[in-house]
Amino acid sequence: MSQDIIKLTTPISDEARLKLRVGDLVLISGVIYTGRDAAHKLMVQAITSGETLPFELNHQAIYYVGPTPAKPGQVIGSCGPTSSYRMDPYSPVLMENGLKVMIGKGPRSKVFQAELVKNQAVYLDVTGGIGALLSKRVLKMEVIAYPWLESEAVHKLLVVDFPAIVAYDTFGNDIFE
Amino acid sequence: MRTISKEYLISELERIIIEAATVLDDEVVTCLQVGKAQETSKLPIHIIDEIIDNQLIARNERIPICQDTGVAVFFVEIGNDLHFDYNLTDAINQAVRNGYINGYLRKSIVNHPLDRKNTLDNTPAIIHYSLISGDRLRIRFAPKGGGSENMSKMTMLTPADGRQGIIDFVVNTVKNAGGKACPPIILGIGIGGNFEKSTLLAKEALFRKLSDEALNPLDKKLEEDILKAVNDTNVGPMGLKGKTTCLAVKVNSFPCHIASLPVAVNIQCHAARHKEVIL
Repeated sequence: MSQDIIKLTTPISDEARLKLRVGDLVLISGVIYTGRDAAHKLMVQAITSGETLPFELNHQAIYYVGPTPAKPGQVIGSCGPTSSYRMDPYSPVLMENGLKVMIGKGPRSKVFQAELVKNQAVYLDVTGGIGALLSKRVLKMEVIAYPWLESEAVHKLLVVDFPAIVAYDTFGNDIFE
Repeated sequence: MRTISKEYLISELERIIIEAATVLDDEVVTCLQVGKAQETSKLPIHIIDEIIDNQLIARNERIPICQDTGVAVFFVEIGNDLHFDYNLTDAINQAVRNGYINGYLRKSIVNHPLDRKNTLDNTPAIIHYSLISGDRLRIRFAPKGGGSENMSKMTMLTPADGRQGIIDFVVNTVKNAGGKACPPIILGIGIGGNFEKSTLLAKEALFRKLSDEALNPLDKKLEEDILKAVNDTNVGPMGLKGKTTCLAVKVNSFPCHIASLPVAVNIQCHAARHKEVIL
């Protein structure tokens, strides 16, 4: 495990992504997109039926979160990660369409891990239940799709120094093993 | 006959709902600090630091500790000498509506498990009523998150499985939950009763103070032994290995059938939020 914290800027380049190793602490800055169960279902349906996606997936990062509503004066409310395994049935299709970075919490299925390696993508783990702290790392928030899903809508976030740990790298290493 | 006005009841509940979502009990913070002191490697220390920093920001700025502000769960104890000229369940749901909307908490309830349309005000609450003597109304509230609830389990052991059977079931449940339940966790364990009683015992056990020890010596010993066994699993904070898997174990028991040994494990994540009011 590296002792230094690695700074990543989105979209994360192939070179930077391939260098990541399980256990690396990273700080992400730039644009990331949100999506949880309901939005994943809709995005996969959109791909299957040839419709336009809320954003171009190529080399992008999805963060699994459903924030609390922002109070007046706040950019975003509490915004910690949700459990990633629930997105396992949908993630392979998104990776086949260019998604390279997934951010959430907790372990995922073996099938997902195999697809991740095949697509040379990475999975980053964020500490669950620290949504107040994480709200301070979001500079901008915008709902870009499925607004009727409320907290589950797809949001475009501009983050700075958003903390995560590399949980699955492109070499098939697994931090939870 | 004493009565409690509907407006007062709703405003007090709205207050504790918002308070519970934003202020973590000091005893949880103390347990986290004790856990951190026992850790020797970098990741668990890093994670516990994040959790402690987070609750401080949440407390100071009144931001929800966790974005999952849960299902609103209430244990309501009604004094025999109380009279209500309104529907108590409706009043509690009104308080949930007010608290979740006015407190900027997340609405996480869908109206049917299959068509999954959000009710937009976090109602209905899940309310457990019981009667007590006197003229007081005691209400305990917890916003229970989905992550740890999804990892909770119930089983019917045989009497022959006994104590060791219970310990093994709990340890396996915690190992299976891994990082998904957001450890360091707190375990509410219900033993005895029947199918539904065991789960209710487990839920209510989570409302006990962390420093509280079971009165029955059998339950107390089980609490101690399960805590040790669970912390020997090396699941660790957020499932990334370490000594601090569980902060406390609470066992509540009840008589049961000669053929049965029901066991329920309700997992609580480290954002162990609850609040009580006596009116």
